Amino acid sequence: MKARVHVSYKTGVLDPQGKAIGLTLKNLGFAGIGEVRQGKLIELELAESDANKARKAVEAMCEKLLANTVIENYAIELDNE
Amino acid sequence: MKASVIVFPGSNCDRDIQVALANSMGGPVEMVWHGQTEMAQTDLIVLPGGFSYGDYLRCGAMSARSPIMREVVARAQQGVAVLGICNGFQILLEAGLLPGALLLNAGRNFVCRDINIRVENSQTQFTSRYEQGQILRIPVAHHDGQYFADPDTLAELQAGDRIAFRYCGSAGDESANPNGSIDDIAGIFNDRRTVLGLMPHPERAADPLHGGTDGRGLLDSLVSALS
Repeated sequence: MKARVHVSYKTGVLDPQGKAIGLTLKNLGFAGIGEVRQGKLIELELAESDANKARKAVEAMCEKLLANTVIENYAIELDNE
Repeated sequence: MKASVIVFPGSNCDRDIQVALANSMGGPVEMVWHGQTEMAQTDLIVLPGGFSYGDYLRCGAMSARSPIMREVVARAQQGVAVLGICNGFQILLEAGLLPGALLLNAGRNFVCRDINIRVENSQTQFTSRYEQGQILRIPVAHHDGQYFADPDTLAELQAGDRIAFRYCGSAGDESANPNGSIDDIAGIFNDRRTVLGLMPHPERAADPLHGGTDGRGLLDSLVSALS
């Protein structure tokens, strides 16, 4: 099973890279862009085939390492293939 | 007094702090590899500056989970003094020994220059050689030094006199805060003031040949407190 973990900054945390991306998009002529936030995508291959167990395991990985919950949120997507 | 410097893969200020501390102590400083799980008795543990693990995932994230850190956390809980400089500060935050986080500099640039910091609490084992409010000129060199804490944590730090140093200006200094840190914070203590993390590099201003010696007071404070 594959898991995708999306890590993004919490509201209120300044994201200078997102700001720079937004500014550059405006400079390129793209209109109507509000706030831009940059995050991370982490893909994991798991031996576990049970979705509930896999989700629990990835949650633990997020809490222990993949995200810093002081500043970041995470969302887990599981792919049964 | 015994002092130990933890060496992570990618630490690059470990030798600098070793030499600066040895000069203040007048004795040797032990270097401890991050892969070790045990450490000899010590009075001070230093997490040095650098780019451990190439700053992968988040600055300090990998190092904070390295084998020796279990022992560092245990010693810190026993009250052993722990000093984290720059990347060491990032590691202390990732390890949960200090609250908050360090984000990419607000200006997005790597900042490498001398800055001014004000001593906000001189009643600690890290700062007793300084005067309250004394302004120090010390180098910073970082890309991710923007201190962030949620409002409750920040209020706790302020109320508990746990802000060690704040960036401050002097004549001719237009941007006193080099990285956008909340409340101009350059360094903080834990609640018992036995753990200090700071972005500026005291070991780079500890010898007349460095061009300044304002950082030496921090090391000398520790030597007088722990000897």
